[in-house]
Amino acid sequence: MPEYLIVITAGVLAGTLSRIILLRSDYRQYPGYPHGYMSHLLLGFIASALGAVAVPAVMAPEYTAVTFLALAVQQFREIRNMERRTLESLERTELIKRGLDYIEGIARTFEARNYLVMATAFATSLATQFGGLPAGGVVAVITILLSRNLMSGEILGNICDVVPARLSFDGPTLMVDEIGLINVGLKDMREDILKNGIAVKIKPKDGNARSIIHDMGQRKAIAFTAAVILGSKKDVDIPEYTPLVRKNPHTGEAGLYIMPVERDMEQLIAAVKLTPVLESASSKPLLAGSSIRKAKKKVD
Amino acid sequence: MQGEISNILAVISLNKELVSGGAPIFFARDEEELEKIAGYLSKILDAMVHDLGNGSYVVVRH
Repeated sequence: MPEYLIVITAGVLAGTLSRIILLRSDYRQYPGYPHGYMSHLLLGFIASALGAVAVPAVMAPEYTAVTFLALAVQQFREIRNMERRTLESLERTELIKRGLDYIEGIARTFEARNYLVMATAFATSLATQFGGLPAGGVVAVITILLSRNLMSGEILGNICDVVPARLSFDGPTLMVDEIGLINVGLKDMREDILKNGIAVKIKPKDGNARSIIHDMGQRKAIAFTAAVILGSKKDVDIPEYTPLVRKNPHTGEAGLYIMPVERDMEQLIAAVKLTPVLESASSKPLLAGSSIRKAKKKVD
Repeated sequence: MQGEISNILAVISLNKELVSGGAPIFFARDEEELEKIAGYLSKILDAMVHDLGNGSYVVVRH
């Protein structure tokens, strides 16, 4: 077998393998169908082929071949659009909505994963070119592990404490501990909610976490994850059963109420903790301190 | 409920003097009838019943 073929094959194999591994880890975000898996695997294969071909092309030397990479980037941006469109059109008939922020996050993740695949393939074929197959294998393992661990993202459990809370009514207002959620008019409904609903309180550990909980898209994502894992009794004609997250404006703590199919507090806490911190919600106001002080000095 | 407009679809009241205006208004004779009408309207309109605390309920779609 000619050398360049070995290089390309090594890169393509490593890239495709990394796509398969990354695809497995996103069960919570996107319960896919065989067709969905198929199209993502194929796109991953193409991405890794593009990454792997770059090295022999430069060695050839065919420098213009590198412009293919630009084409690939264009192509993968299209993947983001595709994912977004699919999820948005599904959202319309969804009883409990993911929210646009969550969808955007998922779409962006799918795009970024293809870049990771391309980088894995590129690094592997580079190592194979100069160090032979053993070196290629080592680099492949390292890059796959790196892309898996670096891209797993933060979860809510890292930044917030989640504790069981008590549901009650203050007049018609549904309360999770001291946080008022919504006005429930019908008396039967109130009794039903007290009997079958459960609630938790989400306590941010610091200012950064507080600003993340403050984000409405993040709160929707929390309610969505809880509803996916515990099930929800909501139907079109029972809007009262919509899972809700509202915050205490003074402390920044948030209360979640849900009418679950499985009334299991431990599961609910686990579900809330497992919710990914959305990229669009993530902010670090505590780190802004130094630059604000600098700006202030300039003004003074 | 984020960024979407909520609409008052109906008002149900015990007191004729307290309510008037744009949305359809239903009057009930007593507390029990009030609950019943509100419950039916909620199912018919796929909307939520809110208690205003003065013997009036509003049906709102969020």
